[in-house]
Amino acid sequence: MNASLSDMLIGCLVMFAITYLSKGITLIFVKKDIKSKYIRSFLYYLPYSVLSVMVFPTILFSTSTIWSGLAGTAVALVLAFFRKGLLPVSLASIGTVFVVELILYLV
Amino acid sequence: MKFTKGMKDGLPIALGYLSVSFAYAVQAVRQGFPAWFPILVSATNFTGTGQFAGTNLIAAGASLAVLVATMLVINIRYTLMSFALAQKMGPGFPLWQRAVLAFGVTDENFAVAIRQPQKLTFSYLIGLMSCSFCGWVGGTAVGAGVSKLLFATLAQGAGQAYYDMLMSALSIALYAMFVAIVIPPARDDLRVFILVALSVAASCLFYFVPVLADLPAGLNIILCSIVCTAVIAFLFPHEENSENNPDNQSEKTCPTPDDADKGGAQ
Repeated sequence: MNASLSDMLIGCLVMFAITYLSKGITLIFVKKDIKSKYIRSFLYYLPYSVLSVMVFPTILFSTSTIWSGLAGTAVALVLAFFRKGLLPVSLASIGTVFVVELILYLV
Repeated sequence: MKFTKGMKDGLPIALGYLSVSFAYAVQAVRQGFPAWFPILVSATNFTGTGQFAGTNLIAAGASLAVLVATMLVINIRYTLMSFALAQKMGPGFPLWQRAVLAFGVTDENFAVAIRQPQKLTFSYLIGLMSCSFCGWVGGTAVGAGVSKLLFATLAQGAGQAYYDMLMSALSIALYAMFVAIVIPPARDDLRVFILVALSVAASCLFYFVPVLADLPAGLNIILCSIVCTAVIAFLFPHEENSENNPDNQSEKTCPTPDDADKGGAQ
């Protein structure tokens, strides 16, 4: 790692500034209600799209091997389909990845 | 919409964050950062993806311009989320409350808050955000604290393989949570399902097609989500009112916007 103390502090400050600005600018300054049906629909749908794009296909390659990634993804999909909460889905997925990699390592 | 209701809704997020921020801290310390650095970043940024990317860039000695550009691209989605949240909150929030709440906007807090059938209150949002924030910073602190212990006990010899497995398993946590957020509504609403399918297809395109995959990290999120959402919003405008009566003119000319919103997002 090449970062000095000042690199870290300045880097953290820059990250904070950009992140807070991104989060705050519309929340602080936009006060009017949006009337347009299309813009309201857009804002209603947007989070589902953002999360979908962030998850797939990256989730498959988020672990050490594609096999544990596939298994963890499958478990998460099935449990989420049956409306399990965030934590059970997350823990089951973590456990699955660990077990699959353990099997691959020991076999 | 009380503080305690917010805390209760924030608890599963906080627990989910524990493992993610834990993994973030361990990774940061493994990269050579002192233990306080990931804690400072978590406490000041409160964002998953941006922190991961930013910390990697700082470790790699990237220029500030690259850091700014990357953080902008990854975080611009918050601008849209905050925009949607501001709509849901209504006009009754003073500036200082908005400034405080802005800090707590995350993917998960947003997803939970926007799902509430009522207009949001300050106390509910503070409960939700402070609870998940404690999980985020707490997980980071624990991760930073025990990582040296983990290294000392596991990361040598035969333990190395198990250490790698543990780290590998933890790295799927955040994604699994996102799956748990997206799948139930996609199961209930065909329009959301089509949107999710379209978004995944677009995302795969950006992941596997070489030219598109070379674009700066984070750009795919903006491009895919804006285009896909625009298409779906145009094809299937979402009716706020659950009675779903588009021809009811008296509903549309309702003088108080607050009443029109009572139906809320499902």
